[in-house]
Amino acid sequence: MSKDIRIKNGLKIKLKGGAEKNLSSVSRSKIFAIYPTDFHGTLPKMAVKVGDKVNVGETVFFAKHNDRIKFTSPVSGEIKEIVRGAKRKILSIKITADKSDTYKDFNIKSPENLSNDQVKELLLNSGCWAYIKQRPYDVIANPDDSPKSIFISAYATAPLAASLQFTLSGKEKEFQAGVDALSKLTDGKVHLSVDGNESSFFNGTKGVVIHKITGKHPAGNVGVQISKIDPVNSGDRVWVVNPQDVVAIGSLMLTGKYDPTRVIALAGSMVEHPQYYKVIEGTQISDIVNGNLKTGKARIINGNPLTGAVVGENGAIGFYDNLISVIPEGDHYDFFGWMPFVGNHKLSMSRTFFSWLTPNKEYDLDTNFNGEDRAFVITGEMEKVMPIDIYPMQLLKAAMIGDIEKMENLGIYEVAPEDFALIDFVSTSKIEAQDIIRQGLDLMIKEVG
Amino acid sequence: MDFLRKQIDKIKPHFEKGGKYEKFGPAFGGIETFLYVPNHTTKVGAHIRDGIDLKRVMMVVVIALLPALIFGTWNIGYQNLGEGHSFWEYFSFGGVRILPMIIISYGVGLGIEFAYAIFRGHAVNEGYLVTGLLIPLIMPIDLPLWMLTISVIFAVIIGKEAFGGTGMNILNPALIARAFALFSYAPFMSGNTVWVADSVADGVSGETVLGVLAGNKMPDTSVFDMFMGYMPGSVGETSVLMILIGAAILLFTGIASWRIMVASVIGASLTGLLFNAIGSDTNALFNFPWWQHMLVGGFAFGMVFMATDPVTAAQTTKGKWIYGFLVGVFAILIRIVNPTLPEGVMMAILLMNVFAPTIDHYVIESNVKRRKKRLQKVKA
Repeated sequence: MSKDIRIKNGLKIKLKGGAEKNLSSVSRSKIFAIYPTDFHGTLPKMAVKVGDKVNVGETVFFAKHNDRIKFTSPVSGEIKEIVRGAKRKILSIKITADKSDTYKDFNIKSPENLSNDQVKELLLNSGCWAYIKQRPYDVIANPDDSPKSIFISAYATAPLAASLQFTLSGKEKEFQAGVDALSKLTDGKVHLSVDGNESSFFNGTKGVVIHKITGKHPAGNVGVQISKIDPVNSGDRVWVVNPQDVVAIGSLMLTGKYDPTRVIALAGSMVEHPQYYKVIEGTQISDIVNGNLKTGKARIINGNPLTGAVVGENGAIGFYDNLISVIPEGDHYDFFGWMPFVGNHKLSMSRTFFSWLTPNKEYDLDTNFNGEDRAFVITGEMEKVMPIDIYPMQLLKAAMIGDIEKMENLGIYEVAPEDFALIDFVSTSKIEAQDIIRQGLDLMIKEVG
Repeated sequence: MDFLRKQIDKIKPHFEKGGKYEKFGPAFGGIETFLYVPNHTTKVGAHIRDGIDLKRVMMVVVIALLPALIFGTWNIGYQNLGEGHSFWEYFSFGGVRILPMIIISYGVGLGIEFAYAIFRGHAVNEGYLVTGLLIPLIMPIDLPLWMLTISVIFAVIIGKEAFGGTGMNILNPALIARAFALFSYAPFMSGNTVWVADSVADGVSGETVLGVLAGNKMPDTSVFDMFMGYMPGSVGETSVLMILIGAAILLFTGIASWRIMVASVIGASLTGLLFNAIGSDTNALFNFPWWQHMLVGGFAFGMVFMATDPVTAAQTTKGKWIYGFLVGVFAILIRIVNPTLPEGVMMAILLMNVFAPTIDHYVIESNVKRRKKRLQKVKA
């Protein structure tokens, strides 16, 4: 069964430094790190102390709000340090890695015969549960919920996005096993969206509804696809999983072991040789980018340049990310930089630059703010990059004033911060839309739940 | 340019928090960011940003206004001096009259903006860059400068800053300035003598097409002259051709809403057609061809540069269609049937500015209802 969906609104941002389809391996880091901050809305409660020994798949901490949700170690080794920040908030857990890994065995004999509850327990105990996020709110799913459907988006449209066909090649069996396990968690359907322009192994997946998606970014955002296929209503729960995480779940089902390996892309205009790497979760950034960066001030980002998080060379790759992007910092002044039709190295959705003449050009964008923040002035630009049937500007205003009823009426349940990333980008008044929506969602969690 | 940057960096600490002139920080920032797009980098949210900012947008609108301004300046001279003079004679005649108005408009308006920025401690907003040029373009050329000054002060303080500045105002500030002047100094703002510079002294007839029509006579201005703008009127409004060039710039860059412009033309056309069909013996405006209505008065200028002001127009896509349509309808309606006002564009836009939030409310409400209906269907 397959359906075609065409997304009209959006913006294709072409950036220099897309990853070449070339796979390298990374030497094993001495130190691995887990960042609880990767899991929005989850406060960690430690299960281990400094000096404790852990194996791959053994619990390091669990969620304070629900101790069934566990977070496990990607390597075997010794807990080296629990880094704390202000108010003793846990920032990261550092693990000194052993030379080679020993795995905790979850003892899975015949995955196809497992019940709903057994699958749930396995995912929770192995640390795979964190891969499942829920809409609304874009946080880790609540294991007590029963979602009306589960969505997997295998269509990547974000700038510099890693090719899923490449990063998951050879993992067809694991992907299918992951899908099979997930389909036990819902009475509804599992929806898989694929690139409508080319066929890949995803098209052959069984037990899912396949949707062929075409269109510009954010067409690949799972939230956009949900809104077109099975929109989230007040009270609904929909779960979403990234394709690489479906593979990790499948790998657990097939081997009985937590599989922290993944293929990630290192891309961006500040990377000498943008390409793919096989890594283990929690690998230090410096071990990946080492010697492969151009000289100059650069910003390293876990994820794509629209939605990613800044990470230092000492940080680790993000839990949900299959991409590290490195772009130049933009802390420079621009003499009369606001003059219309001048400065055509910059990209703009408007035609106030002559860059519209070269739609296929790849841009080398830096992190300059390109202006200053202002009140809402220009209208209509947000709608151009928002394919979900909501009024983005009005929703943002409702979120800014924390009006719960208005947010609910205007469709806060249907959106995630990433769906507003392009609004961050195009906004003339430099409205921080993702941040505002995140705060709105957090307020909804607190007040409505 | 490195020298200038170094000088700025040298004095900058005085204007920052804890500096000697901390209070004047916003004014300093206003000038600094005018010279240089700042070195701010993204802190939260997307790491890369579109090259556009409000200064660029406002400058595009200013550029779009230039053809109308240049033609208007020439036309001031042409209307007074009549045939047989050189381009430069016309242009300099107009220049010495329009330049003081522009200087006063920008000087007074920006002065207030800077004062407010210092007083309130917020950044200087760019909105006035456009307003400051719009105001001289929609005023009669003979308006005494002190009246212009007071109108600008009223428009900026009551029309804009009282609401919180650019982006917060309900009515178009330039039109507030014009409405203020009209109601306060009516003899200087209407009639047959104000639209051509020094018309009384020089004995030049300064009747506008709409003025002739209001006197229940058909004008003898040719359609070509109406389109080109060879007729008396406010500085910026007469040449439809120049306004269309401006419109092309605004639409091509994507700055102004084409929906509002198209909808207003549709609204005006239908209203004009309706009155043409009704006809009248006592009001020549009824019989004035519907399409010529769009060539005279402030219609073209208003629809392109004022009705499309994103802050005061409707903000939703559907709302823009409704808003634009009604602006067009009311502009012609007021023009034709209101005996006290020969021109209805300003009133129509101000009126719809007031109703724009209401239009948006109902458009958004339909989206909310759709969402609620979907929920009910699921529950049922």
